[in-house]
Parts: sequence; structure tokens; C-alpha cells
Amino acid sequence: MKWKYVTPLLLLAALAAAPQFLPRFHTYILAIVLLTGLLATSLNLAIGFGGIYQFHHAVFYGVGAYGTALVLTRTQLPAPVGLMAGPVAAAALSLVMGVICVRLSKLYFGMLQISLGSLVWATVYRWYSFTGGDNGIPGVPVPGWIASSESAYYYTLAVTTLSMLALYRIVGSPFGKVLQGIRDNPVRSDAIGIDVKAHKLTALVIAGFFGGVAGSLFVVIDTSVFPDMMFWTYSLEVLIMCLLGGMYTFFGPLVGSSILVLLRTYVSIHIPYWHLCLGIILTLVIVFLPEGVLGYAARRFRPKEGRLA
Amino acid sequence: MLKVESVVKSFGGFKAVNGARLHVEKGEIVAVIGPNGAGKTTLFNLITGHLLPDSGRIRFKGRGIEGIAPHILCRKGISRSFQVVNIFPRLSVFENVQIAVLARERKTFRIFSPVRNMAAEEVHEILRNVGLYGERDVEGDLLSHGDQKVLEIAVALGGKPELLILDEPTAGMGPKETERCIRLIKKLSDESGLTILFCEHDIGLVFEIADRIMVMVRGGTVIQGRSEEVRRNREVQEAYLGEAGEC
Repeated sequence: MKWKYVTPLLLLAALAAAPQFLPRFHTYILAIVLLTGLLATSLNLAIGFGGIYQFHHAVFYGVGAYGTALVLTRTQLPAPVGLMAGPVAAAALSLVMGVICVRLSKLYFGMLQISLGSLVWATVYRWYSFTGGDNGIPGVPVPGWIASSESAYYYTLAVTTLSMLALYRIVGSPFGKVLQGIRDNPVRSDAIGIDVKAHKLTALVIAGFFGGVAGSLFVVIDTSVFPDMMFWTYSLEVLIMCLLGGMYTFFGPLVGSSILVLLRTYVSIHIPYWHLCLGIILTLVIVFLPEGVLGYAARRFRPKEGRLA
Repeated sequence: MLKVESVVKSFGGFKAVNGARLHVEKGEIVAVIGPNGAGKTTLFNLITGHLLPDSGRIRFKGRGIEGIAPHILCRKGISRSFQVVNIFPRLSVFENVQIAVLARERKTFRIFSPVRNMAAEEVHEILRNVGLYGERDVEGDLLSHGDQKVLEIAVALGGKPELLILDEPTAGMGPKETERCIRLIKKLSDESGLTILFCEHDIGLVFEIADRIMVMVRGGTVIQGRSEEVRRNREVQEAYLGEAGEC
């Protein structure tokens, strides 16, 4: 029982110590790994545990980032308000889009979400006077206490850890269990008295919120935002992270995003064709590891349990 | 308790249910029999809110329930099982029933409390009752077909229904499993006074356990009555019992 806490605690200790040994660039990359992991895990609540085809999750990441960046650059409000504004805006958008999309099932849901999300992207991309258009917003004034690269990293580590804990509890709650029931069998869920749409909508809002948290963290780490963050191809990349790591495990998406972010960073230094590599990796995963890296490991080493590895 | 009056439902030009009548009193076991395609499943889907009738009345405890969504009907006391196995395949047997209990207790929006041991006692009770306690940690997918159909019933029981509707509970079962399932239905009725409405192909079993039988042919009700009455009815003999050989 106690042993299962050892790995996460060791990992946390290593992550906490990392900036003391790593050069600045690598600390930055590690922070990106963390917040991208949170982004993928939040998507996985909807797609892996809820079976909802959330095809345009990056919109909530982008809105989270823009929400924080806009409040920090354009208003005099205290910084914590700005840091919260992003996630709240993302959750609100998720609610609005969810209400429109949730009555559709499967692929239709996904297609409508891509359309609505692209509308948000187009607005951000064109609205030069407010969002900075395709230039984005460079040099966001991040408050002093998280301005240094080291403090920004620790802030990211703390927020990511807390968010992951919250998501872990949600997955293990009655709500999380029912969500998995809805994923497996919506008709039966309905027949035992579960309001399927209301539960899906709640899952979407939670996923949107934590996607927004990841976006807000990106502003702290990078001090800039740009419209590509919420372009639909990035949604696809986040989706691939979930597939790669394992959609039916809690930590799979975190593993998948770590692999992808690190590969993208170090492979593109040597080879200019990053997307070619991505395609090859995806093909290999789908053919050889249909349950993802962590899904495979869980089956391999713990054949009996391991659903929530 | 349940009263269905001249209900009609057509798909395109085909009248699947055409003026069916059905009456279920509290505490009874009522069986619906009829040849393939007589409209039994459609009738059940109309009662449980999965389909909307074109015309006719369906009353549960005196109130019209046409067009009420299944999840609301379930809260009003109607639970059902399905003809084709319809469980949560990736969840354990325990979790399958647990979800139903949590849904009834309206605890499904709790997002931070751990679910692990919630409602465990009641779930164990139900599983012991249906004889699946030993398999409680097995994934639904891995059960035998017969056990899956029993799990179907267990999930429906999780909703603590007043009226339990079973759509061909023994479909696809071997003789041994069928007997076990029928005994379970009888036991549920005897011990908890549950009102049960079910449909079935095996006529012998139907006559054995049902208090009353409704015979359905081509979407309509031929007769509803005690088993002797039904057995004596000439129309039934011609329409259904006479062709029993094909079943």
C-alpha cells in the first residue's frame, strides 16, 4: 500500500532539485514538460475517462494563456487575479461550447468543437487591437515573485502538482467512476438514473479549467502568448500525447507529453523534419502499443490491476 | 401499478406496437410472450422511456409517463435490464452495481470524495443476493454470458426499483443458467415483494413463474390473464403455442 507513493515522491523530489543542477534552458524545458503534462491530463479526463471526443482542447489552453496575459498587460488588477482569470475564462468558454456541443455524439461532437474552437482562434488571430493578432502578446509583465526562471519553475511545479492531485481525486470519486461508466455505456448509464449530458458537461468544464491552468502557467514560464497555442493542429498534438502515453491510465498522458516535448526539443535541433518523426512515432504506437506506453507497462508488469496505474 | 392502454408505435410504415394493452399490479410477476417480432422489446422501450409512443397512454402509479427521459423514470422507480448484454465492460462487477447505487443516492456529482468503499455494504448485499459476490472484483467483460445477464439484473436492482423490467433475461443462456436465472426472478419476487415484468421465449418457464401472462402478436394484445386462461385461449394456441416448435 505505502509503496505506491514511493515513485511519485521520488519523482517530485527529483523535480524539486532539478533547477539546482540544470542549466536555465533545461529548467525552462522541464517546466514546459510539466505544464504540457497537465494539459494532456486535463484533456484525458474528457477523452480517456469520459469518452468525449474533445478534439480541440488547445482552445482552452490558449484562452487560459490569453486570459492571464491580457489581465496582466491591460489592467491594473493584482497579479493573482490575472493568474486565475485565464483558467476561469477557459472554464466559462468550455461551458458555453459544451452546452452547444454536448447533445451531439462522438465524431459530430468533435467536428462541431473544432469549428467553434477555430472561430475562437480566428478571432484571436485577427483582433490586432485587443489580442495583438498574429504577433501575440510578447513580454507579459509577470509579477516579481515568479519572474526569475527558477521561481517560475517552482511555481509551475507547485501548481501542476496540486492540479494533478485534484484531477487524480476527481478520477477516483463517484463522479469519476460514473464518467467511466458513461464512456463504456451511455445507454445503460441513462437507464440507471444518470443524467448523461449533465455529467459530460461537468467533465468538459473541469477539463477546460485545468487546460486553462496549463495555459496560465505557460504565460508565467514564457512571458508571451501567441495564437498558434490554440490552433487546431496543436490540439491534435495533445491528443497524440494521450494516445502515446495511454488513455486508460491516469499518468499516461503525462508520460506521453514528456516524451513528445523532449523529442520535439532535442530532435528538432538535429533534424528539421519534426512532424515526420511525430508521424512515425504515432504509427509505431498505434501498431505496437495500442494502449500506450504506460498502458502497455501496466498490462505487462501488473496484469491484474493497473487500470489507474 | 403499471397500466398501458392502446399504445401505438410505428417505424416508417411498420406498426411495431399496435394497440397493446398491459396491466401490472403491485407485487406480481407478469410475463409478456409472443413470437419474434411481436413488438415485446419495443413495448418495453416505450415503457422505460427509450421510445416515445405515437398514441396511447402509459401510466405508472396513476401518472402518465410517456416521453419522460429514462434517467428520470429510473428515479421514479422503474429499473430495467436489456435483451442484449448491456453492462459496463471495463468496470468490475462491484463497480457495475456501485454506479447504479450511487446514481440512485444522487451522489454522482461528488467530485472529491474517494469512491472506493462507497455504498459497499448495499452493493455486497445485492451481489450476494444474485450470487455474484465471489466474482465482485472481476471485470464485467470477463464474466461468462450467463453471469453477465445476471449482472444486468444486479445493476437494475442497484436502483432499488419498485418495478423491475427484464427484457428476455435468459436470452442466449444454457438450460442450467436459465434455471438459475428463473429461480433468481422468483426469489426476488418472493423475498422483496418486487413487481416484475419480463418477456421470455421459453413458454414452459413462463407458465411456471408468472402470476399473469400477456400474449402479444403483431404489436397487439391477444389476451392477458392467468396462465390457465391463456393456455385455454384458442387464438393463443393458433397464433403462438401452435408454432411453439419453431422456438
